[in-house]
Amino acid sequence: MANAYTPGLKVSEKTVIAKERRLPLMGDVLVKKGSRVKYSEIVAKTELPGNVELINVVNRLSIDPKEIRDFMLKKEGDKVRKGEAIAQSSSFFGMFTTACPAPCEGTIESISCATGQVVLRQNPTPVEVAAYIDGIVDEILPKEGIVVKTIGTYIQGIFGVGGETVGELCMVASGSSMILDEKHINDSHKAKIIVGGALVTAAAIKKAQACKVAGIIAGGIDDETLKNFLGYDLGVAITGNENKGITIVITEGFGNINMAGKTFELLKANAGKLTSINGATQIRAGVIRPEIIIPKENTNEKDIDMQVESNLLMDAGSTIRIIRVPHFGEIATVVSLPSEPRQIETEAKVRVVEVKLESSGETFVLPRANVELIEK
Amino acid sequence: MHIPKEKITSILATDCGSTTTKAILIEKVDGVFRLVKRGEAPTTVEAPIEDVTQGVFNAITELEELVNRKFLDGKELIKPKKNDKNGIDIYISTSSAGGGLQMMVAGVVKSMTGESAQRAALGAGAIVMDVIATNDGRLPHEEIERIRHLRPDMILLAGGIDGGTTEHVAKLAELIAAADPKPRLGISYKLPIVYVGNNKAADLVKERLGEKTALDITDNLRPTLETENLMPARHKIQALFLHHVMQQAPGYNKLMKMTDVDIMPTPGAVGDIMQLIAKQKGIQVVGADIGGATTDVFSVFQGIYNKTVSANYGMSYSISNVFVDAGLDNIMRWVPFTMDERDLRNRIKNKMIRPTTIPYLLKELIVEQAVAREALRLSFDQHKALAVGLKGVQKERTIGDALSQVDSSESLVNLLGLNMLIGSGGVLSHAPRRQQTAMMLMDSFLPEGITQLTVDSIFMMPQLGVLAKVHPEAAIQVFEKDCLVYLGTCIAPIGTGKEGKPCINVKLKKSNGHEVDVDVPFGQIHIMALPVGESAEVTVTPVRGFDMGEGSAARVSGTVHGGTTGVIIDTRGRRPFELPKDNAKRVEKLLEWIKAMDLYPKYPKFE
Repeated sequence: MANAYTPGLKVSEKTVIAKERRLPLMGDVLVKKGSRVKYSEIVAKTELPGNVELINVVNRLSIDPKEIRDFMLKKEGDKVRKGEAIAQSSSFFGMFTTACPAPCEGTIESISCATGQVVLRQNPTPVEVAAYIDGIVDEILPKEGIVVKTIGTYIQGIFGVGGETVGELCMVASGSSMILDEKHINDSHKAKIIVGGALVTAAAIKKAQACKVAGIIAGGIDDETLKNFLGYDLGVAITGNENKGITIVITEGFGNINMAGKTFELLKANAGKLTSINGATQIRAGVIRPEIIIPKENTNEKDIDMQVESNLLMDAGSTIRIIRVPHFGEIATVVSLPSEPRQIETEAKVRVVEVKLESSGETFVLPRANVELIEK
Repeated sequence: MHIPKEKITSILATDCGSTTTKAILIEKVDGVFRLVKRGEAPTTVEAPIEDVTQGVFNAITELEELVNRKFLDGKELIKPKKNDKNGIDIYISTSSAGGGLQMMVAGVVKSMTGESAQRAALGAGAIVMDVIATNDGRLPHEEIERIRHLRPDMILLAGGIDGGTTEHVAKLAELIAAADPKPRLGISYKLPIVYVGNNKAADLVKERLGEKTALDITDNLRPTLETENLMPARHKIQALFLHHVMQQAPGYNKLMKMTDVDIMPTPGAVGDIMQLIAKQKGIQVVGADIGGATTDVFSVFQGIYNKTVSANYGMSYSISNVFVDAGLDNIMRWVPFTMDERDLRNRIKNKMIRPTTIPYLLKELIVEQAVAREALRLSFDQHKALAVGLKGVQKERTIGDALSQVDSSESLVNLLGLNMLIGSGGVLSHAPRRQQTAMMLMDSFLPEGITQLTVDSIFMMPQLGVLAKVHPEAAIQVFEKDCLVYLGTCIAPIGTGKEGKPCINVKLKKSNGHEVDVDVPFGQIHIMALPVGESAEVTVTPVRGFDMGEGSAARVSGTVHGGTTGVIIDTRGRRPFELPKDNAKRVEKLLEWIKAMDLYPKYPKFE
């Protein structure tokens, strides 16, 4: 076989990105098809009815249920604050009064002359969905939400934690091999999405949390750091719901691994731009990868990257990254793809690829399964 | 099928695993069906190609190159066979590309039915992503969002004792209906929901979920407050996983159109072959197929067949879960060198996120085989807990059992009665030396008495399982000639003693009359050469305190079969089997056993 297929993640400078924005319950869509939305704009909302509080007014005031309406200070539909009197009785010509306060904020729903109870409905909980990315409303999902579409840079990470967040992209790393440590992070990074090069350290994450950084993008992370950050050992990689106040997107893998050149350069070119990221990852069939979206204004669909199939084929001259030891993380060029299986150190006979290391020029063979195609 | 069975001479079969897609070519040569060649490629269920058929085409393309023939015309299979260079007669496939099982469970009270449901799901080999309960403190929309985000493969809905109040269960069903959960593997099937709650509420649940989901109703797992009845729920979860989740994958519909017969779930196909072996030979069998996302264990004892899928133990997608569940110490106990924990953790996680990589360095192979031992051990533990009798026979747990987490059921699996242990799956079938496979099987299953060890030669049992449905003769011919590799026979007494003290005497009489008599002290592995195809009469005499199945110090006799390794006398101890606690001693013993088995090329130095 002259070439071989290797899997890869999507890294596009310009592509069409569509995101579904859906309410968890039926509600109202607030925008129209074709309208332009900002990432923070609420595009759909609904209200979750509040819980009900039963207030036994007649017991409290020592009155007869039939008389309850004579003592009520509020009527059905009135809004009340916590502690505000909703009913009151007086005795000795008004010298002594007994009040019945509202146990919580809400609306009087009903007053029963039969039981003497007042039903107080707590305030509804608003449930809202924001656009998440700047773009155009491409589709309306009636009563549920919208599909927002934009053209922009789209980078898939390999692993992430934390949910959606948006901020200004800020290059902290000077190069794709720089380790992101606490000394690189300060208060000026508040609410921003900062970009490291290779590894992000545990101390850096801690400092970023303290500085209220919105998100971190880095090449690698130590599993030990991840375990300490999450507070548990991750068995099956299903993430996205961690409430840690920060989202992390790892582009390459675990350990100290340089960010791919193309990814780093794309991020660098977009420094200062508004960027939406989501760390949600599900590594299983039907995979979900973390994402970095940088919408671009004044771009139309003619200018987008076309993902051509030949990009996925490895051939002599292709640039690859080694994804397992030895030489884990190093970049190399394919010299040849021998067709016959060869015996490797483990004594297994496998199909191999002959590669030349970019850093040292050293040439050797590796299992084909242990390399992935990358764009320089 | 488009061709009569008698005319079939060329069969292309694939198995789409979660990580690798394997293609084999079987052809009639001189009137007998034989395996011709095997090709493989990474399974393509991830971006940028989320279509399982692409991996199938890639594996077939590799096969074409290896045999210098054409089976594909673009993206169409050439059928029937045109000539010696072009085409095949039928194409069949199995699939487990859907990967592991991740569930959500819902119950009325978190600490009661919620926990019972969780135990049922965990016992069935699932990962529980979240427990939803009426009293979990979350608002309905938060729970709905959670269900949508997690995309569970299945939801187990419990709640209420039989005849009790129905209101809360109905509310939970409404919540699930409102979430309108979409399965992670596309829209081709409805999300399976297993209802195991109050029998009085079954109709209410059906009303709310019957249309929107693939609802299945089975016995209440908490029929009364004091009793817990987990088995029906566990069996139902396993059955639904096998038929509705595991074989599904992006592009599955396209694959279905390509095959001449229905695609079988991989464990179903392998299980059929295991049953066939047990039936044909009239023996008791334990088999294991260790894949990337799941490990399937099969057993036939007393004629009763049991199959379990440990949905989150495997060598790629699920490797990190094996690491978490087994623990670092349990994995490293099999490794005769030290490793930096940080480095090991990163390597395991990198295998999870890039599942198709293979070990290149010997030390990496040793670590991967250590993980495999633990994945097999954990899966076998789950199997023993589930293989407790005929399906449908309910076993009840008392509240005391539930609290103490002790299962009151008795497992059918009896290692002393086991005749043959069969291994399958990449890490076992493709181990560079067959001795490594024998050792992995021994370490993880700890066979007792006299047990024959075998392995699927190139990991082709799944394809043969589905072939048996179409062409049983072809499947049996290939199975006998090309599939099963005899590794040898393990002789292991039950008991434990002091290192180097007398343990067992073995007398072996070969068919050529040659006799071997050996005393093996405690704590050793000793090999007696006996090639594949040969058998010998053996008399085993343990010393007092050791048992070969007939009681302490009682002599047993029998026939042992040869294999690639021979007869392996394992006096390392059983019940319990323990490695030395002292690290230096442990490494010394591991190296001694590695040498005895001739496991690795660089003995004794791995640096």
